[in-house]
Amino acid sequence: MLEAILQGVLLGGYYAVLAAGLSLMFGVVRFINLAHGDMAVLGAMLALWLVQVMGLNVPMAIALTLPAMGAIGWLLQRLIFERALRGGFLIPILTTIGLAATLQNGMFAAFGSDTKSLGAHIGSLSWASWHLPGDIFLGKLPVYMFLTALVVLGGLHLILTRTGFGRAVRATASDPEAAALCGIDARRVHRGAAAIAVALAGLAGIFLALRAQVTPFSGPMMLIFAFEAVVIGGIGSLRGTLIGGIALGLAQAMGGMISPQFSILAGHCLFLAILALRMTEAAASERGGWRNTLTAVLFNRSQIKGRLS
Amino acid sequence: MSRAAIADKIMPMPKGDKLIVLAAGLLLLGLGALPFLAPALIVDKMIMLFILIIFAVMWNLLAGYAGLISVGQQAFVGLGGYAMVRMVDAGLPPFPAIFVAALVTGALAFVLSLFVLRMKAGEFAIATWVIAEVIRAIVSFDPIVQGETGTSVVALNAYAPEMRRMTIYLLALVSMAGAVWGTWALLKGRTGAEAQAIRDDEDAAASVGISTFRVKQRIYILASVGCALAGTLWLASSITFQPRTGFGIQWSIFMLFMVLVGGIGTFIGPILGALLFFALQEIFGDFGAWYLAGLGLVAILFALYLPRGIVGLWLDRGYNEPLSMRRRLKLPRG
Repeated sequence: MLEAILQGVLLGGYYAVLAAGLSLMFGVVRFINLAHGDMAVLGAMLALWLVQVMGLNVPMAIALTLPAMGAIGWLLQRLIFERALRGGFLIPILTTIGLAATLQNGMFAAFGSDTKSLGAHIGSLSWASWHLPGDIFLGKLPVYMFLTALVVLGGLHLILTRTGFGRAVRATASDPEAAALCGIDARRVHRGAAAIAVALAGLAGIFLALRAQVTPFSGPMMLIFAFEAVVIGGIGSLRGTLIGGIALGLAQAMGGMISPQFSILAGHCLFLAILALRMTEAAASERGGWRNTLTAVLFNRSQIKGRLS
Repeated sequence: MSRAAIADKIMPMPKGDKLIVLAAGLLLLGLGALPFLAPALIVDKMIMLFILIIFAVMWNLLAGYAGLISVGQQAFVGLGGYAMVRMVDAGLPPFPAIFVAALVTGALAFVLSLFVLRMKAGEFAIATWVIAEVIRAIVSFDPIVQGETGTSVVALNAYAPEMRRMTIYLLALVSMAGAVWGTWALLKGRTGAEAQAIRDDEDAAASVGISTFRVKQRIYILASVGCALAGTLWLASSITFQPRTGFGIQWSIFMLFMVLVGGIGTFIGPILGALLFFALQEIFGDFGAWYLAGLGLVAILFALYLPRGIVGLWLDRGYNEPLSMRRRLKLPRG
């Protein structure tokens, strides 16, 4: 039980990194990137290619992959997303679904459908673990990944709160027009945010390749997980994303204790339950809080004070 | 105002539209005779085309006219198939089961609609997808489905292949014609006008007294029944039911592609999109992954440069939309 909780929390770090990029894009650029999971897979494939074909070691490959992914994000924003954003809500969804299909099948055609993993290239790290009191085995790799996630998200938090670029990002996110009036170039901010978001996706993809396997078609599932973490934690805050990722990881670890098939299902159910809870909460606050709602529903009378009707 | 008084203020159907409707009617009659003349391979392909048209028309009804952008319609494709498997297993003959299963799926869509239609647009798109995944996982637990292995509607093998093909073809043709005609009738009526008002501005629509939730619900359920019907027809022609295929996201992607390329929010666009998609699949389908990657690229290009699809090309030249669901008012005389 305790082991499952620990593993769930550690898994949450990976989900938080995966979700942070999606949340950043949504919060700052107001863009829902349905190809976010496929970006993660692309990052993993790039790192795998650098290791397996170019013969680099894993840290070197990661160091090269992340800036490359950032550049891809910048270019995507510049060439595709900016144009799509002009089309309201529908066009970004259609565009990024097309992008997802292109990436999945392009990677499938280029790299084949075999599952691939970086696990074979990091020596003993993929199975090494600490033996904690109480007969708990804690894998070293998940702990390192969780710490990396904390450092990355913490660094991102510092960038957003302490630097000029971060101020520009926050200003654009909260009021694009007022930010533009103050001389902030929203397009540059958006491109920067997209670069960070795609680099984060690439890091998440590398995490997945380190701890498990990736296939060209892993993207859609990763997108769902990222969305679940974002919605569970609440959109627009990095701390929320971390909490959402950990909650999702915990739900999956708990579900996995019942049966492996329940693992992912438990995450989905938590997500839907949180959505339902938020909706009923919103409906209740419209009626003046839970107590008034309940009395109204149960006794068929409204006791709403201070409201006309 | 009485119906007649309203009809008096609206322009009659343009001549071109009347011609299109007449041609479509004649084409349907011709298609009814096709299986008696054409080889089996063609008949099978036509069944697939009819199913694609149902998908496209239904997704367009949902996204193009009610503004509900769902990436989770595969939930109903899969559920229709699963309901049919269950009903045939319980002893219902397979051909009636095609329709009964679709209707039963509609009941489930009603329950789901109470939940999903209260979401914001982005949440709706993703939540419908997650719900499809949840239903797939639950269906896979049913021993009759045998997990990922899937199951077959063996009862269909009791019919002679020729007779089976012919029956499914005619059922698919009738379903397709019914879906197109039903959408037409719905959109020409009150619900269609209300739905378009909601799509364009939900708050404004509510302020003039439209019960926005009810209208969206009606369309959501109808589109779900349509997708389930296409799913059961597809199951009847392919016989094997696998959760991963039945509930696969590819159904929603195909729907989206056909509607986008044809022209979202137009009546004729999705049908053109389905024809184009069918043709592309016949010509390039053998290229496998490269073909699907190419489809993705085509979707990106259409979304960015031709967001109103093939019909948009026509509209850009200044012509009126063929078979438009918009009402044109007569200029007051005098």
